[in-house]
Amino acid sequence: MPSYVDPSKCDGCKGGDKTACMYICPNDLMVLNVEAMRAYNQEPDACWECYSCVKICPQGAIAVRGYNDFVPMGGQVHPMRSSDSIMWTVKFRNGNMKRFKFPIRTTAEGAANAYTSGKGENLDDERLLLETELKTPTMLAK
Amino acid sequence: MALPNMPLGELPAVTNPEIVEHDVDVLIIGGGMAACGCAFEIKKWAPADLKITLVDKASMERSGAVAQGLSAINTYIGENAIENYVKMVRNDLMGVVREDLIYDLGRHVDESVKLFEEWGLPIWKKDADGNNLDGAKPAPTLREGGEPVRTGKWQIMINGESYKCIVAEPAKSALGEENCLERIFIVKLLLDKNVENQIAGAVGFSTRENKVHVFRCKTALCACGGAVNIFRPRSTGEGKGRAWYPVWNAGSTYTMCAQVGATLTMMENRFTPARFKDGYGPVGAWFLLFKAKVQNGLGEFYANTDAVKDELSKFMPYGQSAVTPTCLRNHLMINELKEGRGPIYMATDVALNAFIEERRAKGMDEKDLKKFWKHLESEAWEDFLDMSVGQAGLWAGMNIEPEKVGSEIMPTEPYMLGSHSGCCGIWTSGPDEDWVPTVDGPRSHQYKWGYNRMTTVNGLFTAGDGVGASGHKFSSGSHAEGRIVAKQMVKFCRDNASFKPELAQTAQELADEIYAPVKLYHEHVGATTASDVNPNYCKPAGLMMRLMKATDEYGGGVATYYMTSGKLLNICLDLLRMLREDAELMAAGDLHELMRAWENYHRIWCVETHIRHIEFRKESRYPGFYYRSDYPTVDDANWKAFVNSTFDPKSKEWKCEKVNCINIIETEPWI
Repeated sequence: MPSYVDPSKCDGCKGGDKTACMYICPNDLMVLNVEAMRAYNQEPDACWECYSCVKICPQGAIAVRGYNDFVPMGGQVHPMRSSDSIMWTVKFRNGNMKRFKFPIRTTAEGAANAYTSGKGENLDDERLLLETELKTPTMLAK
Repeated sequence: MALPNMPLGELPAVTNPEIVEHDVDVLIIGGGMAACGCAFEIKKWAPADLKITLVDKASMERSGAVAQGLSAINTYIGENAIENYVKMVRNDLMGVVREDLIYDLGRHVDESVKLFEEWGLPIWKKDADGNNLDGAKPAPTLREGGEPVRTGKWQIMINGESYKCIVAEPAKSALGEENCLERIFIVKLLLDKNVENQIAGAVGFSTRENKVHVFRCKTALCACGGAVNIFRPRSTGEGKGRAWYPVWNAGSTYTMCAQVGATLTMMENRFTPARFKDGYGPVGAWFLLFKAKVQNGLGEFYANTDAVKDELSKFMPYGQSAVTPTCLRNHLMINELKEGRGPIYMATDVALNAFIEERRAKGMDEKDLKKFWKHLESEAWEDFLDMSVGQAGLWAGMNIEPEKVGSEIMPTEPYMLGSHSGCCGIWTSGPDEDWVPTVDGPRSHQYKWGYNRMTTVNGLFTAGDGVGASGHKFSSGSHAEGRIVAKQMVKFCRDNASFKPELAQTAQELADEIYAPVKLYHEHVGATTASDVNPNYCKPAGLMMRLMKATDEYGGGVATYYMTSGKLLNICLDLLRMLREDAELMAAGDLHELMRAWENYHRIWCVETHIRHIEFRKESRYPGFYYRSDYPTVDDANWKAFVNSTFDPKSKEWKCEKVNCINIIETEPWI
């Protein structure tokens, strides 16, 4: 289900050094053509349809069209992702629509505690940060 | 009109890349769950002056197997005994596993899950009436004793669309953004020039600018996932991208470690999951949460018949467990298909309607039933939308509503991995504790040699998909394993403070090797009018198809219902030898293509070890994943043992050996 870019919406992230889709694609597929100042998917048959580019695009310029070797035309799945939830619109080939909304995060972006001042105790045992006990197996083989 | 003999892509590659050299103490290669676990944990143990750098081929926010999200965490021990987790993994993987590594993982994994929740991952909970609450509803946390929604014994449900973003954030902030280098693809590990069998660095290149990066380090974690696109997929057109496992995993972990002499284990293991056909959407929630059953083409629920029980009794003790091992479930399905009783359907309609009928029978009124159905429908769709949107897209395109009609399921093409229901990977040390067996002989026979999760190469560690003979870690266990490694790498640096890494090759020699496909491209591109067809070189895209055709037809892919034989395997090895030679003739005109070229080198090596191990093991250990027609049964009497293999980087020779498998946890009762 490769991603595609609507040229009327894509602004090439204004030529900034971090084009959003290019920054995020885990498979290095989204690229910016600097002359046209538009992005495109350079290898559609390597697209995992992970939707990372669709979710991150600040212009809402990217969508997905089903893989042409097994998905009949006409359906579409499209997300709107905010900081705490995601809303999915599922449009069926026959025109039916469904909408689903799910939470995605319970803390503010940037608020995850990295325990930067946390320090471990004994480098020579197997206990990790925050672990108080270290079990060893019982029910042993004879 | 310009002739089409121009580089593809937007970032042309030049023949003289800039070289950047880095001196670090600890190098973390990868950016997935394991690498993020390591990045989070390591500063807690490291002295302030230890230089630590993480290098990711993609962006940590969305890299690795969890990039898209997940709808469940498959390993959370919770109220269970860790010993029973070991028993479950041991049985699912047909007996040949490292019980020390599995137990060790089990005692650390829950702490990772509790951290995920604290960082913001919504985890479903049970309310006082036993109903499911999504993860954003107010409820006690796991740390506070909140009750997660169990599907199976080990799995818990989450709202996991942003799982990876949430885990990457504290990993980055713990390590410092400036120490996380993204869009650099490490392609080779490097041994020390002076100290035998000691890691000393790694080399890779930027996929954004013409730069080769050479790292010198005292210790490295190599955690770059499993291997995809190593067998011909069922969809060979655009849908080739819809791999079940992440399509960007190219076997880099196994190949890079093997090439510096790290012993591999159980590379004969593979995973061919049965998934929703074409979209490869997950089936776990359908089986476990919605209690769906599979139907054959005749409408029969074949899984509980006497014939099936008889078939499973051929595979004792593995076939007797309440939860049949994954490979044997495939085996039963393949039998149906081969007998012409396909296609196989997940009876989603029967399952969902059973829930409604159950409530109706209990007297729920129609208005509440409607509300209940809305919730159930939403849960069903979220399962796909969280982790396999393409499957939802296929249902939309096919007008499939799961309450009205079932959906076809099918075993996929084979994948190689060590963290899911598979266990190929690298032979590592277990914890240096008394309960871990002491074994005489070389490291390739031992269970512990001082540093937990260190490979047989000094200073080289692995985690997640990299650690062999210890499956069922999934996302949470991979993170925990990265945390285990973090502490061990700091310990290694402390114990080897005087070691000064030195590389055998110069930076320029390394850069020339990395950019060889670019040089070849520029040397010959003018020889034809269209750059993809040239008698002097081959392109990565074509070479990958050639690889997948060879393995599919001779190595037991979908073409033969996973059947192979000694004869076929040796033909496969011949084809792979020529592929390896021709891989030297790959040409790349732009940086994206250079990445594809190096991924192919990794794929070829990794699948060659797979074929070599299957050839060495004279039995069929995983019926349903692969079969040898010449040794068609599970032969516990002769082969309840590891197959370990080691490549000698000096002599360039491979050695396969049988290694004793030890049961640490009781075998009576087996489950």
